[in-house]
Amino acid sequence: MREIGIEQLLVVSTILFFIGIYGFITRRNMVTMLMSIELILNSVCLNFISFNKFLHPDKLDGIFFTLFVITIAAAEAAVAIAIIINLYRSFKSIDIEQADELKY
Amino acid sequence: MNLDFFRLMLPELFLILIIFILLIIKIGDFVKQNTYLINIVNILFVLNIGAILLCFNNGELFSGMYISKSIFSFEKLILVCGSLIIFLLSHHWLKNHKHLAEFYILIISSLLGMEYMISSGNFLMFYLGLELASITLAALVNFDLEKKKSSEAAMKMILLSAFSSGIMLFGISLLYGTSGSLDFDVLKNSISANKLNIVALIFVFSGFAFKISAVPFHFWTADVYEGAPISVTAFLSVISKAAVVFVFISVLSPLFNNLYFLWNYLLIGIIALTITIANIFAIRQHNVKRFLAFSSIVQAGYILLAISANNSIAQSSAIYFIIIYLFSNLGVFAVVSAISDLYNKEEMKDYRGLYKNNPMLSWALALSIFSLAGIPPAAGFFGKIFLITSGAFTGNYALIALAVINLVISLYYYLMFIKKIFIEENEYPIEKLKPGLNVYLAISTCVCGILIIGFIGEIFEFITRLFVN
Repeated sequence: MREIGIEQLLVVSTILFFIGIYGFITRRNMVTMLMSIELILNSVCLNFISFNKFLHPDKLDGIFFTLFVITIAAAEAAVAIAIIINLYRSFKSIDIEQADELKY
Repeated sequence: MNLDFFRLMLPELFLILIIFILLIIKIGDFVKQNTYLINIVNILFVLNIGAILLCFNNGELFSGMYISKSIFSFEKLILVCGSLIIFLLSHHWLKNHKHLAEFYILIISSLLGMEYMISSGNFLMFYLGLELASITLAALVNFDLEKKKSSEAAMKMILLSAFSSGIMLFGISLLYGTSGSLDFDVLKNSISANKLNIVALIFVFSGFAFKISAVPFHFWTADVYEGAPISVTAFLSVISKAAVVFVFISVLSPLFNNLYFLWNYLLIGIIALTITIANIFAIRQHNVKRFLAFSSIVQAGYILLAISANNSIAQSSAIYFIIIYLFSNLGVFAVVSAISDLYNKEEMKDYRGLYKNNPMLSWALALSIFSLAGIPPAAGFFGKIFLITSGAFTGNYALIALAVINLVISLYYYLMFIKKIFIEENEYPIEKLKPGLNVYLAISTCVCGILIIGFIGEIFEFITRLFVN
């Protein structure tokens, strides 16, 4: 059986990244859009960790960056969920098509 | 070492101190009156300006994570002065707001993030500063909780800014993979024209184009500017934009110097799109805030024109233009926010016949708009001249011609706005405004800035000298 190398990890992370972008563009539910953003950030974390482990194992830059990305993603999600809940109070919906007050 | 820490990081430490003072005031409920709190913060900001003036130092902290240079201190000085003017001009809105302390804490945190972003020497520090600046801004956009437009604007802003920073992070991770370091100094030398680095450049660049709201990434700007409270709109369109331009100048262009040819192509495409499309959109706007949003996108395009030249004279002219842009745009916002706060009028047609009852405010507004349009007595003219001549260094005359044609197009909508104020009749013109001392102070600062800065060439030479140091 083959060892899992950097190629497999990078393929997985790239697929995750594009699933995230696809979900962000096609989904109309705000919470699902937020989940797509989390997918993008997770693919970034996977990238950092695999680069750190396989290419630059002598330093820990990538792992530290991952820790900070996870923390900030949590903070971002907290603010985003607060905004979405507040929006739900006035629009009675979290469908992005319903929030159409601002148009040119 | 300990003394170095305080000496070099003084601008940021002072902001953190202000945040803590505000937190203690809020928790202990020491200051009952809003006007007292406003005065306290204004005085602290004046002290902060003094503190930054004292510490034009070069040095670095945390093994190169935090870099202090005199040009960075100057950029921070511009940001802090601009925020102080915004506090002054939104005095009426702040005076009656029941969550005043929270407003100050959020806006100062955002400013703190921008300062860390400017003087970062490492992508980790840079990312932390960026997120501190943008997450708090999204919360600020939603500051009037009960307004439908505000929450929609904040939703658009937080989702799109998280998305764009995700894309930018993917680019950063690819850069890390090729070089094994996140330090700008190491990355600067190891970036070469291989495929992975080019992809990384495009990802990082598109994340930034979103933050500066250049054209293919500009869709959020008008909506967010319209939905946000007007002082937050002023902050977004002046301070936040200035911070991103400073980062472009002092962090990104040196970082991608090895890929300059590609960087230049990207910039040229984006500049051409930005100034043309945003100009066309600005013509058809009916809401003042949306109009100002598109006008600020156009101005960002002109700033990028100078950045594309990538030498120190061009970069100092971009910073010089930022100072002028700060005064002229805040001059417009001071009058617009006074009208919006006192009479709740934000449509263009409400400005018809403004001159009849408010001659002084109309002249201030007209002068600021002349400066934005680039008409000679105002400083904007000199700023535009510097930007366009420094953009011409690259020899790309087709782009310069396009920029000049767009200057003429932009005159059309700026002058239409002035025509509304001075010439058109209105049955119910806006009554005599009495916005109060702080707003008058803000307006007169902006007017003095617009009139004086264009004629003081020493400022430009001073900025150029700071770059050399």
